[in-house]
Amino acid sequence: MEYVVEMLNIRKEFGNFVANDNITLQLQKGEIHALLGENGAGKSTLMNVLFGLYQPEGGEIRVRGKKVDITNPNVANDLGIGMVHQHFMLVENFSVTENIILGSEPTKLGVTNKRDAADKVQALSEQYGLNVDPYAIIEDISVGMQQRVEILKTLYRGAEILIFDEPTASLTPQEIIELVQIMKRLIAEGKSIILITHKLKEIMDVSDRVTVIRKGQGIGTVVTAETDPNELASLMVGRQVEFKTEKGPASPKDEVLDIRDLVVLDYRGVAKVKHLNLNVRKGEIVGIAGIDGNGQTELIEAITGLRKVKSGTIFINEKDVTGLKPRKVTEAGVGHIPQDRHKHGLVLDFPIGHNIALQTYYTSPISKNGVIDYNKINDKAKQIIADFDVRTQGPHELARSLSGGNQQKAIIGREVDRDPDLLIAALPTRGLDVGAIEFIHSRLIEQRDNGKAVLLISFELDEVMNVSDRIAVIHDGEIVDIVTPETTTEQELGLLMAGHKIGDNEKGKLKEGEDQHVE
Amino acid sequence: MSNRATNILVPLVSVILGLLVGAVIMLVSGYNPLTGYTALWNGIFGDLYTIGETLRQITPYLLAGLAVAFAFRSGLFNIGVEGQLIVGWFAAAYVGVAVELPKIIHLPLAILAAAAAGALWGFVPGLLKAKFRVHEVIVTIMMNYIALHVTNALIKTVSDGGDRTERIFTSASLRSEFFQNLTEFSRLHYGILIALMMVGVMWLILEKTTLGYELKAVGFNQNASEYAGMNVNKNIILAMVISGAFAGLAGAMEALGTFEYVSSKGGFTGIGFDGIAVALLGMNTPLGVIFGATLFGSLKYGALNMPNEAGIPLEIVEIVIAVIIFFVASGYIIRLLLLRAANKKKEAK
Repeated sequence: MEYVVEMLNIRKEFGNFVANDNITLQLQKGEIHALLGENGAGKSTLMNVLFGLYQPEGGEIRVRGKKVDITNPNVANDLGIGMVHQHFMLVENFSVTENIILGSEPTKLGVTNKRDAADKVQALSEQYGLNVDPYAIIEDISVGMQQRVEILKTLYRGAEILIFDEPTASLTPQEIIELVQIMKRLIAEGKSIILITHKLKEIMDVSDRVTVIRKGQGIGTVVTAETDPNELASLMVGRQVEFKTEKGPASPKDEVLDIRDLVVLDYRGVAKVKHLNLNVRKGEIVGIAGIDGNGQTELIEAITGLRKVKSGTIFINEKDVTGLKPRKVTEAGVGHIPQDRHKHGLVLDFPIGHNIALQTYYTSPISKNGVIDYNKINDKAKQIIADFDVRTQGPHELARSLSGGNQQKAIIGREVDRDPDLLIAALPTRGLDVGAIEFIHSRLIEQRDNGKAVLLISFELDEVMNVSDRIAVIHDGEIVDIVTPETTTEQELGLLMAGHKIGDNEKGKLKEGEDQHVE
Repeated sequence: MSNRATNILVPLVSVILGLLVGAVIMLVSGYNPLTGYTALWNGIFGDLYTIGETLRQITPYLLAGLAVAFAFRSGLFNIGVEGQLIVGWFAAAYVGVAVELPKIIHLPLAILAAAAAGALWGFVPGLLKAKFRVHEVIVTIMMNYIALHVTNALIKTVSDGGDRTERIFTSASLRSEFFQNLTEFSRLHYGILIALMMVGVMWLILEKTTLGYELKAVGFNQNASEYAGMNVNKNIILAMVISGAFAGLAGAMEALGTFEYVSSKGGFTGIGFDGIAVALLGMNTPLGVIFGATLFGSLKYGALNMPNEAGIPLEIVEIVIAVIIFFVASGYIIRLLLLRAANKKKEAK
């Protein structure tokens, strides 16, 4: 078998921390080779070794059979290795062509020659069916298109081996379908692809073979056609993974959250929550299903005190908390896992220990008379890090340097550990791998079983269906219907979310179709 | 290179580089760098008197540096330290001449007046930032001019049309017989102890209190701070008030220690602006500020000796001093880059 890239027994250490230990990855010419692993398993490190950003402590790399020493990204470029980064490296107000030639601008008598470059970009775009306008300005084009610019950038530099780092993380479903087609086209044109991902569905859809790594260890390589998502998940996580989290029936009791006739405006003064009514009881998980932008964000911000309420009232444990400051709401018994963990959830430049104290730093026993005891903060942080399986070097590590899944676990640990009566979880599993998702779902259910109320906001239908006891469908700032997961289908939810009120007749019809529904 | 090695090597190399380039400048201008630097050395450490004066010069730099650093740590750029220092200077001098009280009341009162005046001058931009999101850089720059001209007018009023106030009562003075005897009658005063105490105060606030935790959190991420229930606006105002109080104390050093009066000024003192460099050289940490202020104060004071002893014109001297500071600052940049690179390696796993 002909391998274009072989990474043999790679070992990479950072101080005492072994990020990659004995990992072998062999890329055949013309294949899509998936690199699968949990967040923080060492996928990016391995690829940075291949791309010349890191030097390995052990093992060797061969490109087209020849042993090579990739000391920096320029060497990787010369060897025909290109990387499509997860976070695009594009200058927003430059054109597509300007971005592509950046760093190696072709010049004529000292003046950049953009026209020739643009023609070359156009030709490449047509050859690979990328459909990119070389003169478009980056900030005017969609995220999917920006990613194709990144792909073009590597092709322009003559890449034969393309590394895609979590390419679908920020794409819409339609854009993902297009990306898959592009990847297949690239293969047909003789390129080879390494696809870094933790999404099993993608792997099953596009890859030829899969190399799995777990906690920095190479687990092995399997042929995609001979495996299934269950096997991949257990290889990745190291144990059997339940895609559907087990849970017993709910036994809801008193109302914890009671929202009456709530109206909330967005920053432009437009009503985003319109006379909304909702309640959540002890011992149940209420999921809010809806398409992004239908008032979910404003609703959560109104409950937690981050946004002003125009009219209506919010009760927590029969106490009116409408218009209270965030701290008062928190102290009334609310925990909040915010939807944007970098913007709201964490102070990224604080150590993770400080972040775990973000809601409790001013309370006893951590603080007395305005004086903080950082030893207590770190003790608490260590306990939460252990309880919630946050993979970190310790409380002193900066939050910024944790992987997304571990950042999220730290936030969830912080909020759950305070044992709030109402836990609001907004998109708690966004961007996380199956292992972390399973963990987070089980913690939400555990809160419910401990008699707490949980309000889950999610754009993922299977998450809402899976975890909730009741599903409130939000459309255009109103709760249009409340259904139970046992008696509804994803199609019905989809229709409700799109704003269709469903009469009893239709409901029956949809139920009949339930059996044909495939997940 | 190990961390400790970089810690020692980088500043050393950058000081040497600065001295070398400074020497070249003197050579090109036709002066002997060796005599020049000897004069600089003598100007800083020559005898007990110059050492005392150097320490006296360092004192206001310490406080001005703290003021800038404290605001920086809270995510604010206080360019108004100069103005806050000027109003602090005036307030301390005014309390010093207006009343005569027992020292145990008078001196603390004059010092507090300076801190309060500086705090007030910091409060205004803090309030405008918190309430109306007016950028603090614009407001503090304008507040500098207001401070300069308002104090000049007030000095005229207080001194019946004169250019300077009376000398303060000795009950409000920071002058120290002990230090004077120790340093052959330099103007070194007890203010240096206050300044060093304030270094400790800043460290305590930032590292040991909930207030410091909040200020740093707000400085890094206002959204997360608000989510965590902190009052972001209150913290912005408080940061500016505390920063202004440090600056006001720097003014008190001049009013109660060095000069014992306040005179109307044709322009800014420059100490407040140099405070920005002091803070940045010290990477906005309390201990770093000690280093930055020492470097600034020593060079500034020592340089005064270069025209006298070596006959080098003041203009050349100022260029040479600027070059040395520039290289020290660049050294820090180099070190910062080294650290960042090391951190990045650690981050990715």
